[in-house]
Amino acid sequence: MNSLILTTATRLIVAILLLFSVFMLLRGHNEPGGGFIGGLIGATGFVLYAIACGTVEARAALRARPQQIAAAGLGVAALAGLSSGLLGDPLFTGEWLTIGASENSKGLALSTVLLFDIGVYLVVMGGILTLVFALEEEI
Amino acid sequence: MADHSEHPASFWTVASLVPTLVAAVLFALFTGFLPAIAAGESLRYAWAWVPALGVELSFLIDGLSLTFALLISGIGVGVMLFSGSYLAGHPQHGRFSVYLVSFMLAMLGLVLSDNLLALFVFWELTSITSFLLIGFSHGSAASRRAALQALLVTGGGGLAMLAGFLLIGMTAGTFELSALRGMGDVLRDSPLYIPILVLVLCGAFTKSAQFPFHFWLPNAMAAPTPVSAFLHSATMVKGGVYLLARMHPNLAGTDTWLWTLMIFGAVTTVFASVVALRQTDLKQTLAYTTLMALGALVLFLAAPGGYGITAAATFLVVHSLYKAALFLMIGCVDHATGTRDARRLGGLVRKMPVTALAGGLAALSMAGVPPFLGFVGKELLYKGGLESPGAVIVVTAIFAASALMFAVAGVVALRPFWGPDGKMPLLDRPIREAPLPMLAGPLVLGALGLYFGLNAHALQVNVVDPIVGAVLGDPGLAKDLHLWAGVNAALGLSILTFATGIAIYLFQDRLRDLIVAAEARLVNFDALWDGLLAAVAAAARAVTDRIQPGVASGYLMSVFTTVALVIGAAIAIRGLDIGTVALSGVNGVHLIVFGLTIAGTLLAVITNSRIAAITGLGVTGTGCALIFIMFGAPDVAITQILVEMLVVVLFSVAALRLPTLPQRLPFFHRRAHAVVSLALGGIVAVVVVAVTSVPLDLRLTDFFAANSYPEAHGRNIVNVILVDFRAFDTFGEISVVAIAALSAYALLRQRKTKGSS
Repeated sequence: MNSLILTTATRLIVAILLLFSVFMLLRGHNEPGGGFIGGLIGATGFVLYAIACGTVEARAALRARPQQIAAAGLGVAALAGLSSGLLGDPLFTGEWLTIGASENSKGLALSTVLLFDIGVYLVVMGGILTLVFALEEEI
Repeated sequence: MADHSEHPASFWTVASLVPTLVAAVLFALFTGFLPAIAAGESLRYAWAWVPALGVELSFLIDGLSLTFALLISGIGVGVMLFSGSYLAGHPQHGRFSVYLVSFMLAMLGLVLSDNLLALFVFWELTSITSFLLIGFSHGSAASRRAALQALLVTGGGGLAMLAGFLLIGMTAGTFELSALRGMGDVLRDSPLYIPILVLVLCGAFTKSAQFPFHFWLPNAMAAPTPVSAFLHSATMVKGGVYLLARMHPNLAGTDTWLWTLMIFGAVTTVFASVVALRQTDLKQTLAYTTLMALGALVLFLAAPGGYGITAAATFLVVHSLYKAALFLMIGCVDHATGTRDARRLGGLVRKMPVTALAGGLAALSMAGVPPFLGFVGKELLYKGGLESPGAVIVVTAIFAASALMFAVAGVVALRPFWGPDGKMPLLDRPIREAPLPMLAGPLVLGALGLYFGLNAHALQVNVVDPIVGAVLGDPGLAKDLHLWAGVNAALGLSILTFATGIAIYLFQDRLRDLIVAAEARLVNFDALWDGLLAAVAAAARAVTDRIQPGVASGYLMSVFTTVALVIGAAIAIRGLDIGTVALSGVNGVHLIVFGLTIAGTLLAVITNSRIAAITGLGVTGTGCALIFIMFGAPDVAITQILVEMLVVVLFSVAALRLPTLPQRLPFFHRRAHAVVSLALGGIVAVVVVAVTSVPLDLRLTDFFAANSYPEAHGRNIVNVILVDFRAFDTFGEISVVAIAALSAYALLRQRKTKGSS
């Protein structure tokens, strides 16, 4: 689609969408959001980009092939699930590491749960983009 | 397969040495068990495997399994050595070695398993590795067909056997062979005895290629020679025999067992010995004599009592030794001359003296000439036959088999080496002796036939007595192995056998013509098999055409009609209490959203424009998202909105290529669609109302609400459930997402390549 307005606007909107998707991913544990939603928003950003500038540019912007992103996400999620097994807990138990925790605050809470959610994010984004790009190139 | 010497390559490669080493180490390991087993012990090793189902990975080493394990690993050493040289330089030698070692390990697992379910798994693994090995030359259509045929026949039999095992487990309450051994009466008296027997025999007979399932074995000779020697003569096809011997304490002892095994065994024996003589390809000749030997083994497992089992145990060893040696010997001949045609080979002894020696040793054992082990075995077969019920059948079958084996021994070993010079194909290299690694196996195996003949006591103590002990429960029931047992009926039969065998050998060409003429009038099982496969494929196509027309609205109609009918019928039969519907909480905002949702749906239904329809559906979806927001499910709402957006994008991309909607669908279709839609919608609405009229069970909600933050450090219950409490489910879901995307991608790419070509 060769629309100057759309192309120009898209460049701005895509950046915001991607940032927003990461924001949704990270806040997901306590507020509405999470890996599924974040992944969908991220995918929407690239879909929009593909509509405005074509799939060739969208693929270049993505750098990795979407199938690889989906596969990597599955790997990350599996790693997060299996890591608890290495620590002696049942598989897919959430393991937490809180840095700088105090009486009032949990500090910086890192967890395998977050890693798992990142895996979900990547799978959803990669899966949808695989589909959309292929469909756009096909038709 | 005979063209590898064109690229002379080193034997000293990983693909050649590792398999040999693995087999040798295993053989040495199993040899270490011999003293304990010869002393009458049986050893069991077990690890928990699927504790929830009571399945253990348990291994039993007793006389029966150890003999098989020694044969598998010992012959394995010879075969691995042989194939290391035979396939040296073949571009796929490494792959071949992996297959062959995998097969050996699976086969060892099969014979050593104490658990029936583990045995089944290994059983199917041998079928699969056999499939890979038969189809090794996958460029040839004949190989591929033979591989598939073997897989389907033995795999199908394996499934029947699994059903039989499950019935055994149900009846006896255990899958452990060591526990089942003492429970024969429980199984024999059970009303399920006949089904169990039939199912287990299906497995054993397909694996051991008993008539009428025999046809896959000769076709399997499409495999490279070491495979034929290893799988299809010495080990895998003996799997069925092993199973019968294993099941002997549990299932044998009834008339049904006796006569079923006897008839199938006898028919296979006689049929195979006649057809063996008809073959001109020496590998095919040996394949049919393998069938014959398998028939004889089944025949002797039929009979109760010590003689039958003693004879079967001895013949098992005899046959494995000479048959593997002969196959490997023919591999050497084929390798050197480029042909396996009995009519073209002759006078090779001057050029290949060591091969001739190996072949001669094995053939003398096969012919049953004293002092070879084959003679001991044949005497036992006759004695066992004379004592067995139905002696006439057994002795006749054994007589026919032995006489023909005598003749076949001459065909495969006498004529090629000592016969008149043949008209062998002209090769660009001189005919010369096979390399040492190829000769080692047949030489040692052939020599063992002589050694055990002279020293039958060694075989008696280490193999026959323990097997009889394992099968009948008392090694004392074993009969003695003698090279010279005095003048008796069996000796007389032996002499008669030799005379007949010599006569058959002398007239072999004329007999061959007679059999070829007769065979043309018999049923051709291979053709029947092809017909069966074609019928299955045609039926599958007919069913697929019927239920998968490829029209989305057709699928939706059948799914929705089914759901409506099933739920509707349930409501009609059971009744449904929908309680009272309270409308007190409904306000104006709700009404507007509901109205929008319904309006969107109506637009989608009525319009003839795809764009309008998708817009209508978008309105419906957004309405649903609003409803989620109003009733406190923001996560679901966000997802819903995003999915709606993506659907619009995907659809607008696809819409460019879709045909325009027909202005008017056929009246009948439209009306049918309306009826089904309204019915399903009505039913779902009624069910939802009924479900919400009973108080909600909030235990789960309460649990998650109470534990989400303390346990999982998250306040968003939905997300905590997704990534923590139910993370494993989520992992399954994202796997589905990834697989679905990849499948769709593959389908779209396929369309592209098809379109461009």
